[in-house]
Amino acid sequence: MSASAPPRTFFEQPLLKTPFHERSRAFSQLDSFVPWAGYTTVDVFSSVEQEYFAIRNSATLYDLTPMVKYRISGPDALRYLNRLVTRDVAKIRPGRVGYCVWCNDAGHLIDDGTIFCLAAGEYRLCTAERQLDWLLDSAIGFDVQLEEVTEQIAALALQGPTSCAVLRRRGLSGVEKLRPFEIGQFQAGPQALMVSRTGFTGDLGYELWMDPASAESQWDALMAAGGTRGVRPIGSRALNIARIEAGFLLPNVDFVSAEHTLRTGRDRSPLELGLAWLVDFGKGHFTGRRSLWKEQQRGVARQLVGLDIEGNKPAHHALLYAERAGDHEVGSVLSATWSPTCKRNIALAMVAAPHFRIGSTMWADIYLNRELVWERRMARALVVERPFFSPERRRATPPADF
Amino acid sequence: MTAAAQGPGYEVVVIGAGHNGLVCAAYLARAGRKVLVLEAAPTVGGAAVTQEFSPGFRVSSCAHLLHLMPEFLCSELALDKHGLEFAANALPTVALSTEREPLVLDAAAHEGLLEPDGSAYAGYRARMAEFAAALQPLFERAPPRLGTGAYADWAGLLRFGWQIRRLGRPRMRELLRIGAMNVYDLLQEHFSDPGLQGALAFDAVLGTNFGPRSPGTVLTLLCRLAAQGAAGVGGLRLPRGGLGALSAALAGAATAAGAEIRTAAAVARILVKDDRAYGVQLRSGEQIRADAVVSNADPKSSLLGLLGAEHLDTGFVRRVHHLRTHGLTAKLHLALRGPPRFSTVPGALQGGRLLVAPSLHYLERCFNSTKYGEYSAAPAMEIIVPTLHDPALAPRGAHVLSAIVQYLPYQLRGGWDAGRQPCVDVLIAALEVHAPGITGLVQAAELLTPLDIEQRFHIQGGHWHHGELAFDQFYMVRPVPGATQYSTPLAGLYLCGAGSHPGGGVMGYAGRNAARRILALRAAA
Amino acid sequence: MATIGGGMQRHDAIIIGAGHNGLVAACYLARAGLNVLVLERQAYIGGAAVSRRLYEDFTYSNCSYVCSLLRPQIIRSLELPRFGLQVIPYEGGCTMMRDGGHFSLYDNHDALRREISRHSRRDAEAYDRYARDVQRQCKFIKPLLLREPPDPTSFKPRDLRELLYLARRFNGLGEERMYDTLRFWTMSAADFLDEYFESEIIKAHMAGSSIIGTALGPRSPGSAYVLLHHYMGDIDETVGAWGFARGGMGAVSKALGESLQAAGGQIRVDAPVEQILVEGGRAHGVRLANGERLHAKLVVSNMDVRRTFLESMDEADLPADFVRQVRNFKIRGSSGKLNIALDGLPQFPQIPAGSPSIRGDLHVTDTIEMMERAYDDWKEGRWSRAPYIDMLLPSLIDPTMAPEGKHYMSVFVQYCPYQLAEGPWTAGRRQAFGETVLETIGAYSPDFRDLVRHTEIRTPWDIENEVGLTEGNIFQGELTLDQLLFNRPIPGYAQYRAPVRGLYMCGSSTHPGGGVMGAPGANAARAILNDLGKAATVP
Repeated sequence: MSASAPPRTFFEQPLLKTPFHERSRAFSQLDSFVPWAGYTTVDVFSSVEQEYFAIRNSATLYDLTPMVKYRISGPDALRYLNRLVTRDVAKIRPGRVGYCVWCNDAGHLIDDGTIFCLAAGEYRLCTAERQLDWLLDSAIGFDVQLEEVTEQIAALALQGPTSCAVLRRRGLSGVEKLRPFEIGQFQAGPQALMVSRTGFTGDLGYELWMDPASAESQWDALMAAGGTRGVRPIGSRALNIARIEAGFLLPNVDFVSAEHTLRTGRDRSPLELGLAWLVDFGKGHFTGRRSLWKEQQRGVARQLVGLDIEGNKPAHHALLYAERAGDHEVGSVLSATWSPTCKRNIALAMVAAPHFRIGSTMWADIYLNRELVWERRMARALVVERPFFSPERRRATPPADF
Repeated sequence: MTAAAQGPGYEVVVIGAGHNGLVCAAYLARAGRKVLVLEAAPTVGGAAVTQEFSPGFRVSSCAHLLHLMPEFLCSELALDKHGLEFAANALPTVALSTEREPLVLDAAAHEGLLEPDGSAYAGYRARMAEFAAALQPLFERAPPRLGTGAYADWAGLLRFGWQIRRLGRPRMRELLRIGAMNVYDLLQEHFSDPGLQGALAFDAVLGTNFGPRSPGTVLTLLCRLAAQGAAGVGGLRLPRGGLGALSAALAGAATAAGAEIRTAAAVARILVKDDRAYGVQLRSGEQIRADAVVSNADPKSSLLGLLGAEHLDTGFVRRVHHLRTHGLTAKLHLALRGPPRFSTVPGALQGGRLLVAPSLHYLERCFNSTKYGEYSAAPAMEIIVPTLHDPALAPRGAHVLSAIVQYLPYQLRGGWDAGRQPCVDVLIAALEVHAPGITGLVQAAELLTPLDIEQRFHIQGGHWHHGELAFDQFYMVRPVPGATQYSTPLAGLYLCGAGSHPGGGVMGYAGRNAARRILALRAAA
Repeated sequence: MATIGGGMQRHDAIIIGAGHNGLVAACYLARAGLNVLVLERQAYIGGAAVSRRLYEDFTYSNCSYVCSLLRPQIIRSLELPRFGLQVIPYEGGCTMMRDGGHFSLYDNHDALRREISRHSRRDAEAYDRYARDVQRQCKFIKPLLLREPPDPTSFKPRDLRELLYLARRFNGLGEERMYDTLRFWTMSAADFLDEYFESEIIKAHMAGSSIIGTALGPRSPGSAYVLLHHYMGDIDETVGAWGFARGGMGAVSKALGESLQAAGGQIRVDAPVEQILVEGGRAHGVRLANGERLHAKLVVSNMDVRRTFLESMDEADLPADFVRQVRNFKIRGSSGKLNIALDGLPQFPQIPAGSPSIRGDLHVTDTIEMMERAYDDWKEGRWSRAPYIDMLLPSLIDPTMAPEGKHYMSVFVQYCPYQLAEGPWTAGRRQAFGETVLETIGAYSPDFRDLVRHTEIRTPWDIENEVGLTEGNIFQGELTLDQLLFNRPIPGYAQYRAPVRGLYMCGSSTHPGGGVMGAPGANAARAILNDLGKAATVP
């Protein structure tokens, strides 16, 4: 900011800047910023393709700071979280991270997130959207402290096959011993750095959590350490391709939070979203359990599936039909992309029973704009296993030194 | 049975021996269930008790008249055989005034009304009684649920519609219009006498957080009239020995039917296993197992206290949390050296139900103060002197005055500790206006503010109805969606208190409906 | 007497009152081919939607002042933009607090979240739930605005069909939302807001619209619905967005008038109707104050029901029970208005420099209690000593409203009684009422009093006398449940048809009520065309 211009107030400039903003701006070639959870973040730095290939072939930095973070502590922290989310949080031991979802009373998904068990009775919950209202109402009757710490923690995702190597060059000795979903505390230069082996790419990768004051120096050091290993910053567009390949859900794209839907019947349950593995009916009561139990007993009416679609034109927003004639609608596509790594045309879709079984085929009604002329394609779509891409390096500990 | 559980197993445990808990237990026991009633206090009755507030002086602590309990319930449970006697029947209602002769309102006649109010009164009464009679059958059943598609729920809704349609088109229209109205407008439409308006409005606002101008007060009035209509010809009745005598009779009926009652047995929590209530744990640590647990406690205490939020969903807890439960009705008890004299009231009426509610405006002003945590220096009261009918409640020659004081806030600005005595003084001064010399007769005074009622009777918020009786907490949404029909989200746990449909007042409907509901569900299962 | 357009003839329909609903109804009837005449007692059209030059070159929207509720279907089908209507959205709003702080409502979601966070972090996020629930209710209610309410006591196919439609829509909400809806319709705004917010200032700001124009306080059950009634505006689908009409609210009436004339309708101003003529149980025309009789096949009254039936008709022509019910219809004056010409833009130090809030609605009531106390004053028959004010500076966005560098301020005041306990309204009392308001504003703006050049003070009594709204009630009748839907205005007569054949009601006394919405006018026109067996041309 130039010295002469008076600082703009928040109503003139409502979006916050992350501690990495100046660095991001310096790397940005397209000036393509988008809002995310109240922050301005990079959509594309230079080219979506190059950024994407860096995720799968070298290493990438993604500014994760806008991720909303809550500190949850107190004598009832575990009981509280177990009543909040559908999985058994007792199984997330200190030093571990767990992916989780939480539902409203009707068993419909409010949001997903990750729970970091920092120590016994001390948790951090990371979500894509703000949830304080629901979290506080869930705290009625529990001896638990809740605090939003988003602005107190800067975060970077370092993802890609060479990410471990970059961290080691950065001086994080022992980082290679971190297993997936494990947390480690490291000294990176003069500053402490918390590292979790987590990410949204489905690849080998880490997430780095730090004091905002050290953000820029960490960024610089990582960029320097990654020199020969091809570290580059990426924006949300490239990440989106990777996360579809990995089969991860994105709020407001693959589901709308039950706290936000205006229309009846637009809410989705974890069972419908293919997250039944996250629902632990045996752990005791949690919000939505009774509804989910009933739903499980009678079977879901629709389910989120992975589709492999013929051709190479992404089936954005396509309606799905049981037959080529397009008379019997069975669902619609939520996320779609051409997968540059798998060389497959893939999509996540919500499909009605019984068409969601693996191996079912259906037809995707794809609209293509070719030089301003719209064309329509009926493309065969096959229900396949997710994730579409899950390399061995994602799980290997220690990872190979690329 | 779990290892820790002791004693014999019960089919149903009822938490709280308030009148609804006793009624519920009696009906369950009569149907052959093995029932245990647990009461924290050393005596049964909950808030329907007769307590000594000064040596030798006893009084009905909360409600002091019996006029809402349906006749069929009293006869089904044969309360007369279990010792219920009345010291007085059909007490007249007398609207006190400093400016003129008091207005006497009772079921049969009206005195002191000028035309055209005199003739309008009969029509008004008949019309309101008709509406009340149309609503009364709703009291006798669990309200339907919406959107379930279940036959019973549809039938319930259609029955409701039919009940109203049967009034005929003009009356149905009128009911649909006034149903959500305020009593102020209704009375302005019918009458011009402020005294009459005030007295009639008093019944609408009694026990609520409303002023006469608050929409919804016609509903509360109709509810009262509906219950009164089914209570039969006895009118306003005074049980001999106070309301505690009613509770004793209910307890008698319950034990005669085979129910067990344990007093001084406070429940600490409801026991849950495999998403079912399977019993209770007492404060002593003793665990008692049962197939079903029924709570006569208020919904907040039952669900958030005894059960605990961890067994419930967040959205449901949010609803229970927001349940409006602050009471606005207090009780004043005076131990008097001699009989009070209400100067304008003829001797025969001194023992009536005396109202200090001279106008709509007066009540509205009273209500205004409470919105800001204050109370009016000109309070609204329902006064009786029970010892005129039942001298045994006080030492020979001495008397008890029992007054329901409408519009004392739960939270007083400055707190009730400091505010109690000044408030008692204000109330006695207000009585002095109508009963000159009463101040000199006062030997002891007890004021039960809503806060005291909360503490003494374990009713969170100290509300008569265990939760405001307003449209948004009424019928199909009472106490909260998810806990209607006397059941709760937790299998095996039921509610039978005033927090459930149709609300409080010593009626017994909630207890009876809950028992029937439990029996029906068990029969179905 | 001035006639705008057309000559003398027997008309198909006479519409009494050129308020916005009268004009809307007339437009639809004229477009359906009817020969329509609108009669207006004043020298100008618009009723309460007017722009008037009462002082130098200042233009006052001297009654209604916000254009948000006008149904988009009406704007479109009557081509109001073609006839000059421009609506400029508010850019937020602000409540100034007694402690020197403020709360601003911003359009931008993130700015709003950060603003609410200054007062309560939790409320900032609860706001999303609040907005969602209000929108859910709006979604449910909006389609009902342009429909005729069914008579629940009737077994006629039309009524049953409509009841079934309502039942289906309601059932479609699902169990939980049905309960939410039931509760919402009957709650008080204060209780409703308590279920979301903890911060007093947030609640106070949001509660404002629950009392505007009503004889309810924020704690009166039913006031949550009034809050929604004001949220029903939609400018470009943003629920609750409010806007200014360029040139003042008269621009709405002007556009409607021009749309009417383009469709062949006629308007006569300075033509007060004294009596609706009825013969053989059928309305056949009107008699003007000058004795002139005008005949028509049908008569449509845009006046409120009391003026229509009690003041412009012979009671003998109406069922006695109907007359009694009209007498019982609650039309209570509870609002006043100040229109102020200012020499410059007053400073409000509490509003941050550069904030767009100044171009929105400004308030100074920072707790629900203050609002409730303001209501208590009204109940006692006096104007609020600390009134709730809804203050706007339209000239900040629309320079046509005031000379260069000068400003027009519109101040809506709640509560002000129609009848004072101390006696009738006099010039002195009106002045004192105005002084209360000016002082209230002055407390937040040091230079305000010095900038005031002219003040038009309007009490409910003035509004009744000038505009013809009984008691000056801006909704032509309280918006309480006993006067909504099938109860509005009179149970059994909620379908725009009066008990006399050939006579219809199209004013805000009818469903869905007041605000410059136009829905009653459109619904009445639909009912008329239906009775005439004409094609359904009303949206």
